[in-house]
Amino acid sequence: MVYILFIALFFMVVGLIFAAIRFIKGPTAGDRVVALDTLTTIGVAGMVLLAYVFERFIYLDVSLVYGVLGFIGVIVIARYLEGAL
Amino acid sequence: MSIMEIIGGILIIIGSIFLFLGSLGILRMPDIYNRIQAGTKATTLGAMSLILGVGFLEPSWLLKILIIIIFIAYSNPLSSHALARAMYKRKWYPLIKGDPEKMDAYREVNTNKEKEEVKS
Repeated sequence: MVYILFIALFFMVVGLIFAAIRFIKGPTAGDRVVALDTLTTIGVAGMVLLAYVFERFIYLDVSLVYGVLGFIGVIVIARYLEGAL
Repeated sequence: MSIMEIIGGILIIIGSIFLFLGSLGILRMPDIYNRIQAGTKATTLGAMSLILGVGFLEPSWLLKILIIIIFIAYSNPLSSHALARAMYKRKWYPLIKGDPEKMDAYREVNTNKEKEEVKS
């Protein structure tokens, strides 16, 4: 069971590194916002997995609030890029 | 290992592989619309599968885990749609490399509308 968690965390950390490279390198602002959205989603999934690893129920609340904040941030930046804000 | 742990482990592995593939698509795709497609669809499926796997491993958390899954399922497509619309409004058009089979129908409709507005 521990090996399954280690494999999952390895894949997620490699995904975080790829998305961070695109977040630094991205040619336009939209690429950076897409990379930020992906980083937020992987972070939410990783927090739920860490809640199971550490046996803490409260981390689920933290991941839910983090997801809400990331969603609002992406919507606000998209409206700003559109010129409607 | 019980049957619930086996199902949960399989779901967690599938979800983490889909998260990895979504990030690989973000790094490798040539255009912003391809990046939005790869980085949002694959990531939504991966996060939902992984969180449902944790719910199978720990059945007493299932209510809050279902709330998180429903939130991801409605928020992630919504943000990607708003972002694609914003980039289109900034006149950053999709990548079409001289292929007559491909066309941007939405752009033609918009330019026709603008011409009619200019005439009237």
